[in-house]
Amino acid sequence: MQLGGFVTDRLIFLGTMNIGRFDKMKLRHGLMAAAAAATLAVSPLAQAETFKFAFQGNLSSLDPHSLNETFLLSSLNNVYEGLVLYDENLTIVPGLAESWETIEPTKWKFNLRKGVKYHDGSDFTAEDVVFSWQRALGEGSDQIARASKIKNIEVVDDHTIIIETPAPNPILTSDLVNIYIMDKGWSEKNNATKATSASDANSANYANLHSNGTGPFMVTEHKPDVKTIYKRFDGYWGSMKSNVTTVEFTPIKEAATRVAALISGELDLVYPVPVQDWKRLEEAKGVKPLAGPEARTIFLGMDQGRDELLHSNVKGKNPFKDIKVRQAFAHAINLEAIKKKVMRGAATPSGLMVAPQINGWQKELNTPYAYDPAKSKELLAAAGYPDGFEVTMDCPNNRYVNDEKICQAVVSMLAKVGVKIDLLAQPKSKYFGKVLATGGYDTSFYLLGWTPGTMDTENVLSSLLMCQNKEEKKGMFNLGNYCNPKVDELAAKVGSETDQTKRNAMIAEAFKLVQDEVGYLPLHQQPLSWGASDRVTVNQRADNQLDFRYVVVNK
Amino acid sequence: MVSFLLKRLLQSIIVMLTVALIAFSMFQFVGDPINNMVGQDTTQVERDALKEKLGLNDPFIVQFGRFAWNAAQGDFGVSYKYKTPVSDLIFERMPATLELAFVSAILALVLGIPLGVYTALKRNGWLSKVIMTTSLVGVSLPTFLTGILLILFFGVILRWLPTFGRGDVVEIGSWATGFLTVSGLQSLILPSFTLALFQLTLIMRLVRAEMLEVLRTDFVKFAKARGLPDRSVHFKHALKNTLVPVITITGLQLGSLIAFAIITESVFQWPGMGLLFIQAVADVDIPIMAAYLVLIAFFFVLINMIVDILYYAVDPRLRSSDG
Repeated sequence: MQLGGFVTDRLIFLGTMNIGRFDKMKLRHGLMAAAAAATLAVSPLAQAETFKFAFQGNLSSLDPHSLNETFLLSSLNNVYEGLVLYDENLTIVPGLAESWETIEPTKWKFNLRKGVKYHDGSDFTAEDVVFSWQRALGEGSDQIARASKIKNIEVVDDHTIIIETPAPNPILTSDLVNIYIMDKGWSEKNNATKATSASDANSANYANLHSNGTGPFMVTEHKPDVKTIYKRFDGYWGSMKSNVTTVEFTPIKEAATRVAALISGELDLVYPVPVQDWKRLEEAKGVKPLAGPEARTIFLGMDQGRDELLHSNVKGKNPFKDIKVRQAFAHAINLEAIKKKVMRGAATPSGLMVAPQINGWQKELNTPYAYDPAKSKELLAAAGYPDGFEVTMDCPNNRYVNDEKICQAVVSMLAKVGVKIDLLAQPKSKYFGKVLATGGYDTSFYLLGWTPGTMDTENVLSSLLMCQNKEEKKGMFNLGNYCNPKVDELAAKVGSETDQTKRNAMIAEAFKLVQDEVGYLPLHQQPLSWGASDRVTVNQRADNQLDFRYVVVNK
Repeated sequence: MVSFLLKRLLQSIIVMLTVALIAFSMFQFVGDPINNMVGQDTTQVERDALKEKLGLNDPFIVQFGRFAWNAAQGDFGVSYKYKTPVSDLIFERMPATLELAFVSAILALVLGIPLGVYTALKRNGWLSKVIMTTSLVGVSLPTFLTGILLILFFGVILRWLPTFGRGDVVEIGSWATGFLTVSGLQSLILPSFTLALFQLTLIMRLVRAEMLEVLRTDFVKFAKARGLPDRSVHFKHALKNTLVPVITITGLQLGSLIAFAIITESVFQWPGMGLLFIQAVADVDIPIMAAYLVLIAFFFVLINMIVDILYYAVDPRLRSSDG
């Protein structure tokens, strides 16, 4: 009805114009403009409150404990919340807990927020926290690693709890960010007290396709891999920057289709955008690329554990056990060239295994190894490989930004110093199946990327830099088994040291050791690459997460 | 007739079992599903437990036997990724693919037959030559590229048509149709044309070749000699006689339209079965892949069987040899 009136008004206005021959032309243009305006008015895009975005992957489940994956956690953090939240700069801010204090090194007291409602109207209480923790710890959950950082939760009253940790843990809140709180009553009523798991025989878990959180948005429609619609929750306890009332998410697998949909104006935000397409977005009207440094560090690892490499022409010994060979590799790789040629200037070369956004990053240690092929050749000769050697490199081709191209660049750089690399680039499913523990760490030389889930260095130390130790679950992603007992000792201390200055000093010492021994070859922090319409302002968080709380539709 | 049907049925079952077996043996090479099912912080112990629970440690033949036994009872298992029954996922997606295939088949027929007739009649006309050459270009471009080019032109530059998705759908029972909304119909145009292009060219060339042959036959010459108008000769006598092979081919091609919709669906983010399948390959979602391949095999078997039965009904020679 409104639309009809709008068009008529325009026509009446046009009708009063002086109609001469020349003006008839104008009239036609005017009509077209009116028609265009009318189309805009019908299209939901013109309603300033709808925000449409696409991501390359899909939202596999609405169950907050089913999968520990960035996109799932990112999407569901708009629906569910933890005791604490990240703000736009990845600083921890109060969430469902208003305040907290450490009463003993292993005991934390949390004062829970009062008056918080779930989407179905029920109240948030301490019982829900205990329930959610147990659910995250239980069968089918993929958040067990996080949940097991808590030993016990004691309920003092409805809005006070005491969390006990197995050992002093200075970064407990970083783990709490991603343990999302569910309503106990709702879960019990709907038979969803266990996390959704694929190995569940009768896996019609209600929480897999339905949600009931405390967050600012509720899911009103969810078709896995097709479309998910979020509506603003009016009873949200907090205030937020966003003026969005509806969010529409579509997964779009093909990068070209994603970019086309952005330029054509059908979407407001798409990510990731191939680095190669930045120029196109800059040239197109009404859209722009959004680039920023991601907290993910891309690095190369070498098998230093085995006595003979699995995939090399060197028999009877392992060249990577010789520090000279590792140094030679370090000096042969030109990080600036990778940045310029492969990453279109958008990467940040790194000397460390962590990004600047990560707690514990050391500025003084961030200088990469110098590019010096001559020195590299000398080192190889001194190590007994004047003519180099052959080794196979494992590389994913659909996991990180330009992953395969980086590997190809490394191959040609190492060829210049005489090392012949046989590159095996595969899709991530094949790649991870081969190089991770499930495949028996079947690799000699590989490329990997890592963002610590806690945004703290401790995670990098214990997952990548500590010696492989199945029993203690340490170094499980230290695929080449770089191993230095001194680093292990420091890493263990870092895990429980609560004095930040002492802790930082220990982190620095551990990093220095790894660096001096060339335990790894860090390459760079890859860029975040999003594409956005000028219609919207979004916050591009360094952990590649999209928080609807900061999405503003410009008027 | 009954023995013929039974024989065909038995053969069909063997075909489907073979497809399932081949598909299953290929799954050993697509990678490790576990890594897609858990996050990076998940410990090895948990990963191993999950693998054991899903039965991925069992020997290949045991896994296959379990799959075949369950599938025979209509149970295709639970998707690793979505954690919902695979049959639900596939049936939810089927309308999208079937509608796309149906519209493509219609497009291919409606455009292919007249173009074929025209190029046969005006064999040396310049327009015929243009059509023939363009059709060659169209058929030699990969579907992916055709799709992207169409998106660029009609979606990005002209902005006439949506670049992805299915638009708004209306649910009639469990069937979500895009035929009843404007955006649904608009969204159909580009993907159905992309998918139809190959069949269109095929049908056009087939009609042209058949027409050229029929036009040389005596009964057409006789019809002309009788002084019948051209229109009547071309469309009543000639075209009718070319349509038999066209119908056969179209029927058979319907199966491939459904099966080969994969690429079109992924270019246009068309939420059909093909997109589900291609995503499943990336995620190593074995239950979805297995169910999809068996289903496609079933479609082919079914269509072939119908065609066979039709032949049997139409062609008396088959009947006599049987008896």
